[in-house]
Amino acid sequence: MSTTRAASEVTAEGTPLTAHTERAANKIFFGLSAASASLILVVLAAVATFLLLEAWPALTDSSGDYLDKVAWISPEKGQSLIEIAGYLIFGTVLISTVALLIATPLSIGIALFISHYAPRRLATGLAYMVDLLAAIPSVVYGLWGGMVLVPFLQPFYQWLADWFGWFPLFAPAEDGTVSATGRVALSASIVLAIMVIPIITAVTREVFLQTPKLHEEAALAMGATRWEMVRMAVFPFGRSGIVGATMLGLGRALGETMAVYMILSVGLSYSWSLLNASSHNTIASYIAAQFPEANTQGVSALIALGLALFVITLLVNMLARWIVSRRSEFSGAN
Amino acid sequence: MTKRIDVNNLNVYYSNFLAVEDVSLAIEPKSVTAFIGPSGCGKSTFLRTLNRMHEVIPGARVEGEVLMDGVNLYEAGVDPVAVRRHVGMVFQRPNPFPTMSIAENVLAGVKLNNKRISRADADDLVESSLRGANLWEEVKDRLDKPGSSLSGGQQQRLCIARAIAIKPDILLMDEPCSALDPISTLAIEDLMQELKDEYTIVIVTHNMQQAARVSDRTAFFNIAGTGKPGKLIEMNDTATMFSTPSEKATEDYISGRFG
Repeated sequence: MSTTRAASEVTAEGTPLTAHTERAANKIFFGLSAASASLILVVLAAVATFLLLEAWPALTDSSGDYLDKVAWISPEKGQSLIEIAGYLIFGTVLISTVALLIATPLSIGIALFISHYAPRRLATGLAYMVDLLAAIPSVVYGLWGGMVLVPFLQPFYQWLADWFGWFPLFAPAEDGTVSATGRVALSASIVLAIMVIPIITAVTREVFLQTPKLHEEAALAMGATRWEMVRMAVFPFGRSGIVGATMLGLGRALGETMAVYMILSVGLSYSWSLLNASSHNTIASYIAAQFPEANTQGVSALIALGLALFVITLLVNMLARWIVSRRSEFSGAN
Repeated sequence: MTKRIDVNNLNVYYSNFLAVEDVSLAIEPKSVTAFIGPSGCGKSTFLRTLNRMHEVIPGARVEGEVLMDGVNLYEAGVDPVAVRRHVGMVFQRPNPFPTMSIAENVLAGVKLNNKRISRADADDLVESSLRGANLWEEVKDRLDKPGSSLSGGQQQRLCIARAIAIKPDILLMDEPCSALDPISTLAIEDLMQELKDEYTIVIVTHNMQQAARVSDRTAFFNIAGTGKPGKLIEMNDTATMFSTPSEKATEDYISGRFG
């Protein structure tokens, strides 16, 4: 052993120190995973570039000549692309926000029941059913929402307007009535809520299940009730997960096309009332409705609207990240 | 404030598995009682039956009775939540709430069950509890920093401060030093000697020297083999246990011949 040998001869249980096989596999795997990771950037950049390039003619048309050729923009009514975009952004954000206001508390409740309250067998079954709910195609939600849910909800809307009409969101039309068909923004919000509940529930459930036993026991050992334990240990631990899940849900709600398209009786206005028909529309549903008959200029204008939706989702995600990172010192990650 | 515990013929089950069999013992007030024994002998399981924390595990149940000053903790109508306010607990690994500051951690138990506390009272309680846990001097300038910013030993003393802030009668400690370095361990052991003037302390430890150092009475638990229930072999004054134990198994264990 005292004699000097070449490194390739030195063996530990027969393997030369310069063995290549392991390192080659390592390099290949690194290459593959790095390529997959950069693919994300490439796709994102490609989409952003596409949106910008295609929307450019519509965005930079200051003279109005260009947009005059787009059928659904009617300068005689004083509407420009920017104005229409304003209505649509308002409608999109309003309908999605209301959907989240309905879906988030429900989802947290369901997730908490599955993770901390239900007996194990019931919890497993329920978790499975929630996942199934996510598998239903949005066009089916649209059909069901339009044919079953909306007629069922209409009398409730009238009741809501009668009793809570003073609240701007539930204000009826001037004659005190609400839409007789029920195809209003609130219906779209409710169906969207049902669609995002499985997403928010699945993510928050996983986060709740990961609450450290140590912290749950710390709370219980001080004489906390189950609910106090949840507030003390589970919610703080899952806070960033809840925010993340909600933003995932919001992402889905903002971009959802088919269900809204099939349920909502559309219109363009800045109306806060969720119970009046022909007052709202969303960007995605608007694009879907106009696209089949759009000419070249029309397509460019629609893509400009798509760009607006892209920017909104980007902002929502940045906001979510900021919320999550704001109190990272207290997050339990350290 | 302090109370005595009498355990009579206690069996602990996990579903149908008998984990601890037929334990009867008495824990004196204002003293430190140590449970020692090899891993898996049921000493931690038994400790958790003293504040009904074993019920956190689905299927866990007991037979027999645990009397706290004559009141059976397992009587129908006794609320485990109320039991745990009288019998505090410190765990193996320090577990301050990471989302709370040091001061909020101390007050966490006090604010439970819809209790309100004035700002001045809260400040006093934070100081007295942290002083009681020998932590005040180290953290008084950073009470609003997260509890997880402290060292392991400091975190464990923070957990003790949190436990004594609700003024329990009895303090259970489940291997409180096993995750700590020797200096921090010494700090906790010194603290136990001070705390026993006011509280009844029960400690589970793997460390026989620690049991010999801190406890007044020692109980030795053992297990006949895997899958067999843990049993109480012997309980006596610590000095007697470590000099002239009456059971052969105890002598073998404390002299290091097994376990």
